[in-house]
Amino acid sequence: MSFKIVVLAKQVPDTHNVGADAMNADGTVNRAALPTVFNPEDLKALEMALRVKDRMQDATVTVVTMGPPRAAEIIKDACSRGADDGFVLSDMRFAGADTLATSYALSQAIKQLGKVDLIFGGRQAIDGDTAQVGPQVAEKLEIPQITYAEELIDVNATSITIRRRLERGTECVKATLPVLVTVTSAANDCRFPNAHRLLRQAKDETRLINADNIDADMERLGLKGSPTKVKKIENVVLAHKESVVLQPTDEALNELSATLIKEHIL
Amino acid sequence: MNNVLVYCELSEKNTIADISLELCTKGRQLATKLGCRLQAAVLGSNVKAAAESLYPYGVDDVYLADDKRLSPYRTLPHFDVLSKLIQDQQPDIVLFGASSVGRDLAPRIASFLRCGLTADCTSLEIGSHQDVKAGKTYDNILLQMRPAFGGNIIATIVCPETRPQMATVREGVMKKEILDPNYKGTIIPVAVGPSLDKADKAVEILSREIEEQKIDIKGAQIIVAGGYGMGSKENFQLLHQFAHLIGGSVGATRAAVDAGFAEGERQIGQTGVTVRPKLYIACGISGAVQHRAGMEQSAKIISINTDPEAPINAIADYTIIGDVMTVIPQFMACYKNNLK
Repeated sequence: MSFKIVVLAKQVPDTHNVGADAMNADGTVNRAALPTVFNPEDLKALEMALRVKDRMQDATVTVVTMGPPRAAEIIKDACSRGADDGFVLSDMRFAGADTLATSYALSQAIKQLGKVDLIFGGRQAIDGDTAQVGPQVAEKLEIPQITYAEELIDVNATSITIRRRLERGTECVKATLPVLVTVTSAANDCRFPNAHRLLRQAKDETRLINADNIDADMERLGLKGSPTKVKKIENVVLAHKESVVLQPTDEALNELSATLIKEHIL
Repeated sequence: MNNVLVYCELSEKNTIADISLELCTKGRQLATKLGCRLQAAVLGSNVKAAAESLYPYGVDDVYLADDKRLSPYRTLPHFDVLSKLIQDQQPDIVLFGASSVGRDLAPRIASFLRCGLTADCTSLEIGSHQDVKAGKTYDNILLQMRPAFGGNIIATIVCPETRPQMATVREGVMKKEILDPNYKGTIIPVAVGPSLDKADKAVEILSREIEEQKIDIKGAQIIVAGGYGMGSKENFQLLHQFAHLIGGSVGATRAAVDAGFAEGERQIGQTGVTVRPKLYIACGISGAVQHRAGMEQSAKIISINTDPEAPINAIADYTIIGDVMTVIPQFMACYKNNLK
């Protein structure tokens, strides 16, 4: 019997290199103006998925992403590291989606794959840091979730055991499949691309999917399906500081502490 | 109906977690502004005392679900009880901690209710929003501010059409404050349904390892940081006393950590943590660019340094020229005087 694993991944803007044209006037992200990377925690999720594949007979790993057509780059990357295939949900009707509309589209796409045993994803993406899409996909598929996963302990055809991070410590949990797992940066690094896999990579490993292919309610997609709206964007501008230089006299320090207390800073 | 609800997390000792008390204080302000009730949801086992401890923070009603399957926290049992409670009570606003619990539970609830959720808010206010395209104005809605794109921008998010409006907030961002030690609220017991049985079976906890409270300065509102100029590990003790007095945390530069003056978890800067407290007191810190990268967004910066030309002084609001070992005790004395 085959064992089906899905990895949710995202091609993200490299937030360390953000320019002035990064935002559109309507408050959405101008992705075309930004260099992109494979979201780091999604790579960790891919590695955990590949470790499951290593242990399970007849297991396949399918990478699912949403974004512009060029997001196919991360599917190619994932396949060169050991994933079997993948597809990009790419359609202007998905544009402007918040996490709710995104998780709806992703969950509809996953439903088209038939029986899925395990879904992995990074805990969060570096362009939003919300950590919402994983749990929301799990809810829409009505399956349990294990978030903040750090280590794969055990897996078999019916269950998975994971060590996960708590606020102050860790816990080991065992869940009956199917289950969705979100993986943190503390998990194992992803294996490197394999030269042979890179070379023999066929074009048809990556498919582009649009909104008509996922049996979706169009009202729940994209900007229309997103309850959160961006009201305002402010650039963080570092104001030029007027520095006050004080000599360490009791009088000066008294006045300073009184000012800070009055301004509710102390 | 139309109230503000805070989902309360429990500590390992079965008391209300600090993050939730902070949210109650913020929730109280929002409820007062809206003229509605502040409510809390406490889900756990043997948590009546914890629930009652919420009243002084201005909580009017505590929904209490007491069942051993609700402790320790697991996603589906809490989801089962809380999602039904929200459906029944229809709060206007629901707040969660941006912790490993809140960030696990809140998105699943938002997905189920098909409402908006803003993660890691740094500020929450009541205000109005105008949708120019639709020609509609929304009054008394939740304005949710959060940094985005690695802190390069601050976005204000609204959810005008869907209810409840939900947000998560990190620990230490809001301030917890007792409103009135004699404030009286009421407990409203919540019956757990038969669906909890199914939720209980999905995920089993095999073992838990709770660590000593780790040093975490990221969310601190006041940071007293020391550099190599502190001179020794012993001198760093003074920073701990100072921080304790003013309710702050102790941070350090890489040079101070490398010299063994402070633990690695306290390191602030490019290779350490990034902080943006409302007050940053730099003690014996010259201000290398790598260090400044981790603290220059602090709201107020005080530098205490013998060197008037130290680069850190350029970004400080106040520079006190002097030796840290004499200036700090002096400042502590002045602070105590002013509190009287």
